[in-house]
Amino acid sequence: MAKTSMSLWIGGAAGDGNAFAGRAFIKACSRSGLHGFAYNSYQSLIRGGHVLLQTAVGPEKVYTQADDCDILIALNQDTIEREAADAALGVLYNGDRLKLDAAKLRPGAKTLALPCMKLTSNPLLQNTVALGALFQLTGLDFALFETFLKENFDKKGDAVVSGNLAAAKAGFEYSQKNFPDLGIRLPKREGRHMVMTGNQAIALGAVAGGCKFFSGYPMTPASSIMHWLSPRAAKFGLVFKQAEDELAAMNMAVGAGIAGVRPMTATSGGGFALMTEAISLAGMVEAPVVVVEVQRGGPSTGLPTKTEQGDLFQVLGAGQGDFPKAILAPIDLEDAFHSTVEAFNLAEKYQMPVMLMSDLLLSEHEGTVVDLDMDVKLERGTWAVPGQAPEDGGFFPRYADSETGVSPRAVPGQEGLMHVASSDEHDERGNLISDVHTDPAKRVLIMNKRMRKLEGVLRDFKPTRLEGPEDAELTIVGWGSTTGMMRHVMRHFNQNGAKRVNILPIRYIHPFPADDVLSILKRAKKVMAMECNYTAQLCRLIRMETGFHIQTRWLKYDGEPFYPGSTIAKVSEVLRG
Amino acid sequence: MAKLAVKSTATFPVPTIEPRAAKAAKKPDEFKSEIKPDWCPSCGDFGVLNALQKACATLGIPNKDVLCVSGIGCSSNLPGFFKTYGIHSLHGRSNPIAAGAKLANPELTVVITGGDGDGFGIGLGHFIHNMRRNLDVTYLVMDNQIYGLTTGQTSPTTTIGTQTKSTPEGCIEHPINPMALALVSGATFVARTFSGEIGHMTEVITKAISHKGFSFVDCYSPCVTYNKVNTYPWFKSRVYKLEDQKHDTADLRAALDKAFEEEKLPIGVFYKKEGVPSYEELDPTISRLGAPVKQPLDLKPADAKALKDSFR
Repeated sequence: MAKTSMSLWIGGAAGDGNAFAGRAFIKACSRSGLHGFAYNSYQSLIRGGHVLLQTAVGPEKVYTQADDCDILIALNQDTIEREAADAALGVLYNGDRLKLDAAKLRPGAKTLALPCMKLTSNPLLQNTVALGALFQLTGLDFALFETFLKENFDKKGDAVVSGNLAAAKAGFEYSQKNFPDLGIRLPKREGRHMVMTGNQAIALGAVAGGCKFFSGYPMTPASSIMHWLSPRAAKFGLVFKQAEDELAAMNMAVGAGIAGVRPMTATSGGGFALMTEAISLAGMVEAPVVVVEVQRGGPSTGLPTKTEQGDLFQVLGAGQGDFPKAILAPIDLEDAFHSTVEAFNLAEKYQMPVMLMSDLLLSEHEGTVVDLDMDVKLERGTWAVPGQAPEDGGFFPRYADSETGVSPRAVPGQEGLMHVASSDEHDERGNLISDVHTDPAKRVLIMNKRMRKLEGVLRDFKPTRLEGPEDAELTIVGWGSTTGMMRHVMRHFNQNGAKRVNILPIRYIHPFPADDVLSILKRAKKVMAMECNYTAQLCRLIRMETGFHIQTRWLKYDGEPFYPGSTIAKVSEVLRG
Repeated sequence: MAKLAVKSTATFPVPTIEPRAAKAAKKPDEFKSEIKPDWCPSCGDFGVLNALQKACATLGIPNKDVLCVSGIGCSSNLPGFFKTYGIHSLHGRSNPIAAGAKLANPELTVVITGGDGDGFGIGLGHFIHNMRRNLDVTYLVMDNQIYGLTTGQTSPTTTIGTQTKSTPEGCIEHPINPMALALVSGATFVARTFSGEIGHMTEVITKAISHKGFSFVDCYSPCVTYNKVNTYPWFKSRVYKLEDQKHDTADLRAALDKAFEEEKLPIGVFYKKEGVPSYEELDPTISRLGAPVKQPLDLKPADAKALKDSFR
């Protein structure tokens, strides 16, 4: 029986067009009602280097890239040398330019040389030729490729479109006549899935969540949030501002929050370090702001294009002093969308900074999403009624004490609610108590008021729950993109109704849902944690918040994400041990 | 302690902000808050506060439509003494905070206040960028050539040779020239004034606030406690008014020449360029739809569907 799922890798140097080829493939799959996952392993280079786009597709949900590929498309000689031996079924390449020694392939894998110079007069179209052949080899609907080429090259004119269509057809027909059947038939199913990256899901969540101000400074792997937002900003009433640095980006967002809009900024670890002082300011002046921190390999400039989950304690500790804040860490693409909306609601309801932590793998990988409920509920919290200037002529009590710790909000321009949003400790009216007027009782009152807000935040959080069978032999704990691999492993071990593994993805970092997590971990038969960092930061957080010590840890910090083979081997060992 | 009662309401889809009120004749006292300034007696900052209150009264701006953003330092305490909306922010960050607030609600009159350490030291980068943006805000720097609140260290405008707590053998760094810097950075209104000349200062600040675009005013504001060099008498014997000269405020090169005068110190409007669009006027969103703070938050169902379909 033919394979209905597969892994395709596309390798070349930066600038060779891997991304285009990968996109054509995953779009055709998603439009065939298939699921997909694409991870691009790349370096901090504009041209050159070795870029390997690893895609996996099939009729069932795909959680991860694969250990090896069924078909490799090699766009340069370097890819053949590095990756050809990892192709199970065949290697597609431009036979006019590249050399492949069949003896270096796995047994049964085929050399699939395309005489590109004969098939197209334009050497730039070698990718299109190869994709034409790929559609033939995999049974994907060729019409979907034609549609993709038209969409993609429409703006470049008819000549470019027709040149690509001809090259695609030539590749398809050459494959039909000359290549063996590799035994892959990707099925066509009902529905057209969406394809998006985590950063696009966050950006979409921002638009749906009523974000009206985005300030940012470019930094991999957060920049694609601004790339998606900036061309759409004017349509949705959102001001997009590239700032001079992350200090400005964060402070602009705080200023916008004080002025009454829902603001967002996004960065990675290094940029976030510059933002921390203003995050504390947002806590003090009780301004809503959402800060996205997309983690990459650290420390310092670290591994700019590689994945890691090493900033948990940086974000947890961000900002001088104690102040209320929330940290959400979405676990998949759908959650990246919904967590963003949730972050904006929490930020306004509790008038505080909310951090959204992602990681390079979650933010940059492309995956299929069946549907998103865009009809989200927006909660703007409690507002002061305008026109109630205090009779004594003093400032309006913007920071009035309350049972929830939330004070009715007022923004500049409103009648009779004038006050100063003060970075120094202040009283209910925002008058400073820091210098000559220092008042310990007032300080305690205001500090308690602010911090009390966290009780409500914790109540508003959705419950933290296990996924999978309640009474499994092993509970795997993790966060962020690692959840994908945890789900993959769980499905692997629980085939045919087995109850070997369940998983506990943690999506709230602060305030920590300690009761939920502790009660789950106490009931677990065996616990292991998986994270992409050196010091098991999530394990340390769990121990700090619950006292529960997770001793079995599967940690990775080589810059690459978890791979299924080695992870399954590790989990097997833990299950045996 | 009596609890302060506040009338509140649940969810506003968009905060109720009345349209900008009409200008009306006002008295400077209407811009005085209940808080007494905690500056040292005869600090130059009193002059700036008085002049700012007089300027706002002269212009008749409704208090609720003014947002005064400061950084940290003695002079940055000003918003507490000024009866408008205010943000007393972080050291050096008043410019980006003000930029964010102005872009969220361009209908506000935004005045940024702070000291020379705040604006020309830790916040210098932001200052330059707001100028090149020509954001429609007014920036008043109370320049006393010393760090006052931290008790007397050298500042970016301290002159060479001046002994301070951090330069016991005299400052060995060249000072920033704020006027020249502003002139070459794209500010469309550049002026200097002196706390010892309240009338002059009021006129200059009034012009600065009226100017559309980034207006920068370097306010000589002597520190009577920590700066024993640049004192009131020191300035009085050196300043002269550009208004009394044949100075062409449209001439950038003439303004630069004035910025480099050292023996005598010109005060007044150095440079003013009219008709340059402000950042907000050019912003693709604000120019089409107006103030972001007044936009409805909810996505229209048709837009939501189109967005989803764009991923299919």
